[in-house]
Amino acid sequence: MKRYVIIGNGTAAVGCIEGIRFADTDGEITVISEEPHAVYGRPLISYYLENKTDLEHMHYRASGFYEENGCQVLYGVRGKEIDAEQKSVLLDDGSKIDYDALCVATGSRPFVPPMEGLDTVDKKFTFMTLDDALALENAINSKSRVLIVGAGLIGLKCAEGIRDRVGSITVCDLADRVLSSILDADCASVVQQHLEANGLRFLLGDSVALFEGHVARMKSGAEISFDVLVLAVGVRANTELVKNAGGNVNRGIIVNEKLETSVPTIWAAGDCTEGFDASTGGNRVLAILPNAYMQGYTAGVNMAGGNKVFDTAIPMNSIGFFGLHIMTAGAYTGEMTEERSEDGLKRFFVEDGKLKGYILIGQTERAGIYTALVREQTPISEINFDFVKKIASNTVFSKETRRKRFGGVV
Amino acid sequence: MKRIYVNEEWCLGCHLCEYNCAFANSGMKDMAFALKDKTIYPRIHVEGDDKITFAVSCRHCTDPICVKSCIAGAISKTDGVVKIDRSKCVGCLTCVLVCPYGALSPGEDGIMQKCELCLNNSCGAPACVTGCPNKAIVYEEREDEQ
Repeated sequence: MKRYVIIGNGTAAVGCIEGIRFADTDGEITVISEEPHAVYGRPLISYYLENKTDLEHMHYRASGFYEENGCQVLYGVRGKEIDAEQKSVLLDDGSKIDYDALCVATGSRPFVPPMEGLDTVDKKFTFMTLDDALALENAINSKSRVLIVGAGLIGLKCAEGIRDRVGSITVCDLADRVLSSILDADCASVVQQHLEANGLRFLLGDSVALFEGHVARMKSGAEISFDVLVLAVGVRANTELVKNAGGNVNRGIIVNEKLETSVPTIWAAGDCTEGFDASTGGNRVLAILPNAYMQGYTAGVNMAGGNKVFDTAIPMNSIGFFGLHIMTAGAYTGEMTEERSEDGLKRFFVEDGKLKGYILIGQTERAGIYTALVREQTPISEINFDFVKKIASNTVFSKETRRKRFGGVV
Repeated sequence: MKRIYVNEEWCLGCHLCEYNCAFANSGMKDMAFALKDKTIYPRIHVEGDDKITFAVSCRHCTDPICVKSCIAGAISKTDGVVKIDRSKCVGCLTCVLVCPYGALSPGEDGIMQKCELCLNNSCGAPACVTGCPNKAIVYEEREDEQ
């Protein structure tokens, strides 16, 4: 009987478990979970603070998931070292687990840059895990002045989550715009106005020079008084286990389209990896949840002796703030065309006759049609692109394509 | 398994399927009371232009990308039917982002809802199909022809 070990217990691990069980119903699966929780939807932590979900509904899989899939879960322990020769994982409690196939799904951790005086701040938090959210919840009250360092996806979702539970929120970022990893300057400006209208205050193109207790002295000379600090500058992939085992790592653990690392019998999946981005043809860390699941599933099938390839990953995000939905996908290269209406803004990026990427603000109906055009690199000469730019619609496809889509098993 | 299929040549663009869907999922007994003077949020939508119209609802894909992408684990597939647990959905719209058919849209409350073939309401079979005046939507077994 094959012994499978998964280091990590997030979305990629669930994908891996379900992938293994697709191909092998007998093997033993051991899951090493540093967090003392059954798998939950990580991105839900801001919705938890916003009271849009609760601890019971945050479970990513039904109770009984591990039992039904024959998994043993070791909670509260960390994988410390991989012995690739002996095929074993040493845990931080001193125990050792042998494997025939290993999946590293260790995710990422918050990156906290060196900041002078940070040790003088008594209430400081990162915002990545459920325990982070619970600790933050415990520290805030209706009068708290909150400073969030980082105007990216994590910092701003945190801001939305706590807005109605605190006194004020100031967000600063070294970048000159919000959501700089997914929005261009014009779109960021639209979103920033909406966030400001909902009570957030911004200091952009600025960073903290010095913390002195409850005061942040900014490089610009500005001073911000705060009670609670949230550090959401960025994340780093947890690559060390594979690196120390002699595997190739860059910003993430390097994986191929079968999710194999450079070390035999070790696969990797999720936010800890650097894999193929079909929208650019290059490799990059694609730390998004759908990618984690699909990578994990692919790894799992292959660990169990299957032959599955995942080569259609693209960057994509669906994120909303205070009722305004934003969707983005692909790369923002080539010629940009814009569609504006009362309801929102759409930007499309076309290169070599193909849709390379898009940004949608406020108008997100049927956006998956656009996402598929990016993912599949459909030549836009095959569709009525001028029409579809305005309205995402299946009418732009040929009659034959539609017959397959809506008259066949897909 | 039986799925909903579209014969676009027969679609009149009458939108009756949308009303039948909204009524079937309203839990009410009287259609006028359920829908009159209300904005409806059906799980099937008629698309089209001046040349052609057709109804789009969940394809219940063999390998559904929405299930794999849901950040809340709220979408699952059981016995071939893709279902959503609305009590888990937070309305992030990631399923809208990934569905290549444009088949999903949120309900009035911003929480996602989707076609579950009327197997979970009192109809027991798709109300859109039953009510279609021109058999432009059918509910039947078809072979995978791809």
